[in-house]
Amino acid sequence: MRFFRLIWANLLRKKIRTTLTIGSFMVALFLYGLLVAIRAAFGGNSDVAGVDRLNVINKTSLIMPLPFSYRDRLANMPGISGVTFASWFGGVYQDEKNFFPQFAVDADTWLKVYSEFVVPEAEKKAFLADRQGCLVGRKLAKRFGFKVGDRIPLRGTIWPGTWEFNVRGIYDGNRPEVDTTPLLFRNDYLEERRSFSKGMVGWYVVKLANPDDAVKITKAIDDAFANSPYETLTQTEKAFAASFAKQMGNIEFLVLVIGSVVFFTLLLVAGNTMAIAVRERTPELAVLKTVGFTDVGVLGLVMAETLIIAGQGGALGLLLAKFFTLGGDPTGGFLGNFYLGWGSLGLGLALALAVGIVSGILPAVSAMRLKVVDALRRV
Amino acid sequence: MVRVDGKANGNSLVQVRDLDKKYQRGSEEIHVLQGLNLDVGAGEFVAFMGPSGSGKTTLLNLLGGLDLPTSGSIKVAGDEITHMSANKLTAWRARHVGFIFQMYNLIPVLTAFQNVELPLLLTRLSKAERRQHVETALAVVGLSDRMKHYPRQLSGGQEQRVAIARAIVADATFLLADEPTGDLDRKSAGEIMDLLERLVHEHAKTLLMVTHDPRAAERAHVVLHLDKGVLVEGGAGGGGEA
Repeated sequence: MRFFRLIWANLLRKKIRTTLTIGSFMVALFLYGLLVAIRAAFGGNSDVAGVDRLNVINKTSLIMPLPFSYRDRLANMPGISGVTFASWFGGVYQDEKNFFPQFAVDADTWLKVYSEFVVPEAEKKAFLADRQGCLVGRKLAKRFGFKVGDRIPLRGTIWPGTWEFNVRGIYDGNRPEVDTTPLLFRNDYLEERRSFSKGMVGWYVVKLANPDDAVKITKAIDDAFANSPYETLTQTEKAFAASFAKQMGNIEFLVLVIGSVVFFTLLLVAGNTMAIAVRERTPELAVLKTVGFTDVGVLGLVMAETLIIAGQGGALGLLLAKFFTLGGDPTGGFLGNFYLGWGSLGLGLALALAVGIVSGILPAVSAMRLKVVDALRRV
Repeated sequence: MVRVDGKANGNSLVQVRDLDKKYQRGSEEIHVLQGLNLDVGAGEFVAFMGPSGSGKTTLLNLLGGLDLPTSGSIKVAGDEITHMSANKLTAWRARHVGFIFQMYNLIPVLTAFQNVELPLLLTRLSKAERRQHVETALAVVGLSDRMKHYPRQLSGGQEQRVAIARAIVADATFLLADEPTGDLDRKSAGEIMDLLERLVHEHAKTLLMVTHDPRAAERAHVVLHLDKGVLVEGGAGGGGEA
């Protein structure tokens, strides 16, 4: 603490330069926050994925269905404690731009397998009692002002016609990162009205009695349906989310490339700034050594400056990104689960500090190696 | 007692024996100091004079542990400093040497108080103790009323006085001054020399000073001339006898 005043005074020496450097960290980390939130919105958020769930899809493609008859066969397999299923509906609410996901789900089992969805008991009962009933997520309800009792008409794009649903409940997530943008309705309503794909479902979700058996059960499921007309591909929920996101393109790669470019640029900016700061202070650093500061002590002072800049800028950028994501999906539906978790914030801060260390290390080492006699001659 | 013949008894505060310093400049070897001997007793005020490039500053840097000799030995208060590791030498410097530079070399973003406090940050003194030491040092140099001023708010003479306060605040064994009046007008230079003299006479400091200024040199007890890497006694200054 006794050196803090010295470090702080040096940071304030060129206020504009320090502010701009902090600003560059802030912008970079703000961008990082947005990229992480976008990645999460595309299903890359591993925090949300259940470790005790597997997704079973058609081996050919996610868009190819599986027979309804698989449900009982899956349920009877050892190590599986629950089975549910869902189908992508793809309806349009009023206008194409009002996109949000809708899934036809097995009403009896969905909420048992997805325990992170929290629905008041009375609303759950009302949903189970109404064939046209639906549950809407909190974010979706907020976006369109849906209330329990409302009637929602959707124009079918896969199965034509107008489909009407009664809002019987609004569900929340038991954690902030749980996606509450989809609309869930009963599969028996879909089954009753649709003209094709009867007896088929989009994908199955199985709940494991013991998550440690995931590898074994994955193999057992795919073996059980091998050489059938509907071979399966079983994968963890995280892998499923990733493959779902890949339908849109390689978001993970895009995020990685943009993030890398941003951080590399930041490294150059911060490194250059610190190099200039050290160079113009050469005589002063020599004086510090003259009065008794060790080489390592001088290195520590320069590194402390860099870390304060990186930490401040990084924290500000991440906080800004957090506040921005708290406002929800900025695209009006395209990025449903636009969320920045605390884990990602921590990782962002660690990244900012790492960039600070890397960018500061060369100038700091040159300050450490400074020969007092040579430096004093430059005065 | 100041001697340059290397024949003094072992009671000197500063004892230099057969000191050699060579520099390599391209293919040329420059022999700056050649077999130099020096003994300085505690409480002495020695001025080094000589033409530019004669090795005055090099000698001061060697005595202060800022540079290492090519050969020879330097003992200060019994410590042989030429064989110390870099870290040990830094610690030794902090404890024993107070530097005063021609260009003051204050940290511009720190106040006079904070500049003087710098050497004490490396000690185990508490904040209150540090404050007391700094206030005392600034009082000695007559700048108690300028503690919160930044270097840019001070005159050249005042800046040099802050630098002197920084040199004495940790109660160094001896002071090394490199052209302390070189950047000052005549009046300010006189005031700085008055102050340095006072430090020697009233506070029993040992002072070794490099200067080009004969008026500054005549305040010293002894003036030594450095010529072609060898020290020659130049007689007593006005401040005392050799």
